[in-house]
Amino acid sequence: MKITREQVEHVARLARLELSDAEKELFTGQLDGILAYVDKLNELDTSGIVPTAHAVPMENAFREDVVTASLGVERALANAPDRSESFFRVPKVIE
Amino acid sequence: MELYELTIHELHEKLKKREVSSVEATKSLLARIDAVEEKVKAFITVTPEEALKNAEAADKRIAAGEMDLLTGIPIALKDIFLTEGILTTCASRILSNFIPPYDATAAARLKERGMVLLGKLNQDEFAMGSSTETSWFGKTRNPWNLECIPGGSSGGSAAAVAAQQAVATLGTDTGGSIRQPAAHCGCVGLKPTYGRVSRYGVIAFASSLDQVGPITRDVTDCAIMLGAVAGHDPKDSTSVDTPVPDYLKALTGEVRGLRIGLPREYFIEGLDPDVKKAMDDAIATFRGLGAGFVEMSLPHTEHAIAVYYLIATAEASSNLARYDGVRFGYRNPDARGLLDMYMVSRDEGFGAEVKRRIMLGTYALSSGYYDAYYLKAQKVRTLITRDFIDAFESVDLILTPVAPTPAFRIGEKENDPLQMYLSDIFTIPVNLAGTCGVSVPAGFNGDGLPIGLQLIGRPFGEETVLRAAHAFEQATEWHKRKAAI
Repeated sequence: MKITREQVEHVARLARLELSDAEKELFTGQLDGILAYVDKLNELDTSGIVPTAHAVPMENAFREDVVTASLGVERALANAPDRSESFFRVPKVIE
Repeated sequence: MELYELTIHELHEKLKKREVSSVEATKSLLARIDAVEEKVKAFITVTPEEALKNAEAADKRIAAGEMDLLTGIPIALKDIFLTEGILTTCASRILSNFIPPYDATAAARLKERGMVLLGKLNQDEFAMGSSTETSWFGKTRNPWNLECIPGGSSGGSAAAVAAQQAVATLGTDTGGSIRQPAAHCGCVGLKPTYGRVSRYGVIAFASSLDQVGPITRDVTDCAIMLGAVAGHDPKDSTSVDTPVPDYLKALTGEVRGLRIGLPREYFIEGLDPDVKKAMDDAIATFRGLGAGFVEMSLPHTEHAIAVYYLIATAEASSNLARYDGVRFGYRNPDARGLLDMYMVSRDEGFGAEVKRRIMLGTYALSSGYYDAYYLKAQKVRTLITRDFIDAFESVDLILTPVAPTPAFRIGEKENDPLQMYLSDIFTIPVNLAGTCGVSVPAGFNGDGLPIGLQLIGRPFGEETVLRAAHAFEQATEWHKRKAAI
C-alpha cells in the first residue's frame, strides 16, 4: 500500500475537506493506484537535474508603483455569502 | 446556406459588404442554439439579451466604418473566463452563484473588437477532466454521436463549434483541454505557447501549465482569434512581452522544405488503427506538398503523465484553497464554526474529480513527500522539456495524433481515473514543455467519429504551426464535413 486510510484522513484535514466515509474509502483505493503509477518516475536518475518550476524562464516582473482604480467595497462584497456593513461575515472562530 | 454555418472570415465578408447585419447573424445562431441545445448541452448559460445588445452595437460600428475582423461575430466562451455581470461557474457547484465584477483580459480583448457574446460553455469542473463528464451542470454530448463524450475539458467549446451553435469559441488547455476536444469534435484547436495569451481573469487550475486558446471551424479563423487575444498584459506577469505577428499572413500555403519529425514514442503498438491510418494519410499529404519527414525520439514521453498528475494536482491544491465560502461562492449555511464552514462548504461544493486532485496534490506537497513526488516531478519535467529543445534542433515541427482513439462513450472511463488520465498521453508533454500545438481535422473512423492531427511547434512558433495546419487543411476536405444533428 502506498497510502493508508489514516493518511487520507490527514491529507483531507490539511486540504480542509470534510470527506464522507464512502469518499475516504474510494480515495484511499484510487490514490493508492495513482501513486503506484507515478512511482515509475523513480526509474529515472535525476541527480544533478535542475527542477522546472515554470515553462518559460522568467524573472520577477517589476512595474512602477502607481495608484490605479480599485474594485470598491460594494463590488468586492457583491458575491459575499454573508456580510456586515463593509465586512465579510463568518461564523464564530472561538467557541 | 444558413448564417450559423459560416466561418468568421466568411461572415466578416458578408458583414463588410452589408449583405447581412450582425443582428441577423446573431438571431440565426440563437435560433440554432434553441434548436439543438437540448441534444448537445454545450452551454451552461446562454445570453440572448447580451448577444443582441452586442450585435446592435456592432452594426453601428460597421455602419460607421470602424470594423475589425471580429466585429459582429457571435462567439461563446468557456465558463472559466470571467465575464463582468454574467454568471461564471467553472462548471462547479462552489461557483454556481458567482457573478464576476470584471472581465478576463481575453474576453475584454474580444469585446473591444466588437464580438457578440452568445454565452458561457460547459466544461469539466475546474477544467479537470478529459470528457466534460465532471461538470456540476451535466454532461455535454458529442454532436457527431450523442452517445459519445465531446472530449474535455473544453468540451462545450468544441461541441458548440461542431454543432454550429457558435462561430468560434475560446477554451483553455492545461494538459490537452483544447486540442483533445477539438479533435473529438472535428474542429481546429490551438494551444499557444505558455505566456502568449494573458490568463488574467481565467480561473486558475495549474498555473505553470494553463494557457488560453481558440477552437474554430478552420485554421484561418484560428489565426484570427489568436491574433485578437495574444499579447502582453500587465495584469498577468507570466504573459510575455514579445510582438504579436500577423498570423493571417503566415497562412501562405507553402510547406516545401519543412522538416517534420515523427516521434517513435507516439506511434506505438496499440494505437487505434483508424487513427494510425489517418496519420499515414496525413504524412502522405504533407509529402505531396513538399514537406520532408524525419523519424525522431522524445525519450521521456512515457513519464509525462506521471509528471503531469503530480505537478498539475499540486498547483491545483494551492489554487483551489481560495474557495472557502468566505468572500464568494457556495457556503453551507448550517456550519457550526469557521473551520466547520470551510470543510463542509468545500466538501459539498467540489465534485469527486476535483476533490481527488486536491487530495493528490496536497499529499504530493505535504511534509515528508515533497521531495519524493513534487520535486522529482519537476526534475523529470526538465528532461521532457529538453527532449523538445533537442528535437527542434533538427526539425521544424512534430506531427503526432492528438489522442490514441476517437471519442469514447459517455461513462466508459468515468469510474477509472487512471484510465482517463492515460488518454491525454499525446497532449500533456506540450504543456509540460510550455510550447504550442494545434489540432486539425484529419479523418473519420468507421463510425463517423472525427480524428485529429497534432502539429507541435517551437516556443512562439505559432506561425509555422498555423502555416502547416492551413496547408494541410487546404489540401484535404475533412474540415468541410459537418455533424448531422
